[in-house]
Amino acid sequence: MAGGRHGRKSRRQHVWHWTYWLLIAVCVGTFCVPFYNRIEPTLFGFPFFYWFQLAWIFVSMVVTAYAYYATEQSDKTR
Amino acid sequence: MPLNVTALVVFVLFFALVTFVGFASVHWRKGDMDLLHEWGLAGGKFGTLITWFLLGGDIYTAYTFIAVPALAFGAGAIAFFAVPYTIIIYPFIFVVFPRLWSVARARGYITAADFVRGRYGDRWLALAIALTGILATMPYIALQLIGLEVVIAAMGVQLQGFLVYLPLIISFAILAAFDYFSGLRAPAAIAIIKDLMIYITVFAAVIFIPAQLGGWSTIFAAVPQERLLLADDLGGYSGYATLFLGSAMALFLYPHSVTGVLSASNRHVIRRNAALLPAYSFLLGLIALLGYMAYASNVQNNPAYASGFQQFRNNFAVPALILEVFPDWFVGFAFAAIGIGALVPAAIMSIAAANLFTRNIYREFINPNCAPRVESQMAKSTSLVVKVGALLFIILLPQEYAINMQLLGGIWIIQTFPTIIFGLYTRWLDPKALLVGWAAGMVLGTWMGASIGFRPIYPLEIFGMTLPGYIAIYAVLVNFALSVGLSAVFNATAKSRADETMPGDYAAEGSGVGGMGH
Repeated sequence: MAGGRHGRKSRRQHVWHWTYWLLIAVCVGTFCVPFYNRIEPTLFGFPFFYWFQLAWIFVSMVVTAYAYYATEQSDKTR
Repeated sequence: MPLNVTALVVFVLFFALVTFVGFASVHWRKGDMDLLHEWGLAGGKFGTLITWFLLGGDIYTAYTFIAVPALAFGAGAIAFFAVPYTIIIYPFIFVVFPRLWSVARARGYITAADFVRGRYGDRWLALAIALTGILATMPYIALQLIGLEVVIAAMGVQLQGFLVYLPLIISFAILAAFDYFSGLRAPAAIAIIKDLMIYITVFAAVIFIPAQLGGWSTIFAAVPQERLLLADDLGGYSGYATLFLGSAMALFLYPHSVTGVLSASNRHVIRRNAALLPAYSFLLGLIALLGYMAYASNVQNNPAYASGFQQFRNNFAVPALILEVFPDWFVGFAFAAIGIGALVPAAIMSIAAANLFTRNIYREFINPNCAPRVESQMAKSTSLVVKVGALLFIILLPQEYAINMQLLGGIWIIQTFPTIIFGLYTRWLDPKALLVGWAAGMVLGTWMGASIGFRPIYPLEIFGMTLPGYIAIYAVLVNFALSVGLSAVFNATAKSRADETMPGDYAAEGSGVGGMGH
């Protein structure tokens, strides 16, 4: 069992990391349905309802990628 | 519809290609197929890219590609729930699922029910989790067949009498064979081909079709304006939000998702994929818009597609659109992408169901001391039985049954949420309390679904007003309340402490295939 002692040490690091607040913010954004349930402003012919949600996918990717590098980094430095 | 020979030839060629790849994949990162974790988890050796293809091929199924645009085509904006649904799922995967991977690797678990058995020391709770997984998966496999059926019919393949189902039976026989021999390696290898084909098809569609129809604004203008947005009231919002929340909570509890996660070679692969998998969410958003393109190209009023719409209703929207706008050879390519898109998840789902049956029913209750080779053989045979069952489901019962059952499947699988997800963080919940909560959620959810004719949104009367919401959410809230409330009561009298896992297991890095030996 190579994981044993090492696993216990890294447990605390994995429980909560400040970047997780960003992840929560991404999720909260999707629940603002009354905010994005509108036609205007349109973008390339897309009503707001459609382009906002598609754009939010990229926000989530960037935030998750950032959270990944931030948590991996703090794993290394500890 | 006349037989489209060019499309059919291209379709068959691609099917032949994936059949070859499916059988050849047994040699890929070769492992001992007499061990269940080699057959059913491909040894847990998949890196970031393969896991990306595998999970993408696994959760974005042929039925998704047909049904989501069909919903947009028939109902409008509500179909876009697929986008926020797949947005919120990945932060959740990022935080929670490395814990499941770690504890599974440290303890040699290959199913979620294995984890429940170890964590709570309760074989009945584990049985409930395993049965829920199998029950929710079966109609899902059957639905993949509908995806296949639609595209085969759209190529004009019309056979008579009992031969009607011959193409489906042939496709599934091929699938069953390479699954049996190559295990999870087969759908992983095929998923690479399938996903690339789907990306090509969808990008071709979103580049060429708007140009043909006169731009995106023309497409959106063609859709009846009241369907372009959600109803502007509390009901419209609560229906949409609970639908995507509930779907997200359910998605990664499905056995085939768990199998995909556990086959990753380390926990970082899962975390990296949480950032990379939204690429498929974007694809799915574009696919949903195919429904509007179909509407704008007026396929619903074209007599050439009347018989297709009559047989498959709105599920014929995307095939009709593809037939309408693309040359025959590309029709064959696109239909092959959807058809292969049915095989990949069907393969993973039947493997996952077989793993559950073998580990948590056969080995737990029937033959506890079976040799590894017997266990692996049992899983292979079970995967065949599962596929035959799904095939019979489609052949013998009306299509509505599979669709209704799959709707219920989502409501059922979410009932495993408290046991599995809370269990990854705390052992405070009592297994008996969780079992009662699970049973209450299953019964309530099924009843709510049946009482409104198998639609997802239930108009709940509460505090003198009507709050429409996704049934799965209502049922799982009752499940939460009972699990927590009863745990408080049971823990006060006699706390059950059985738990074979250690706190460190949940963050363990794993060491190659070390923990997977048994």
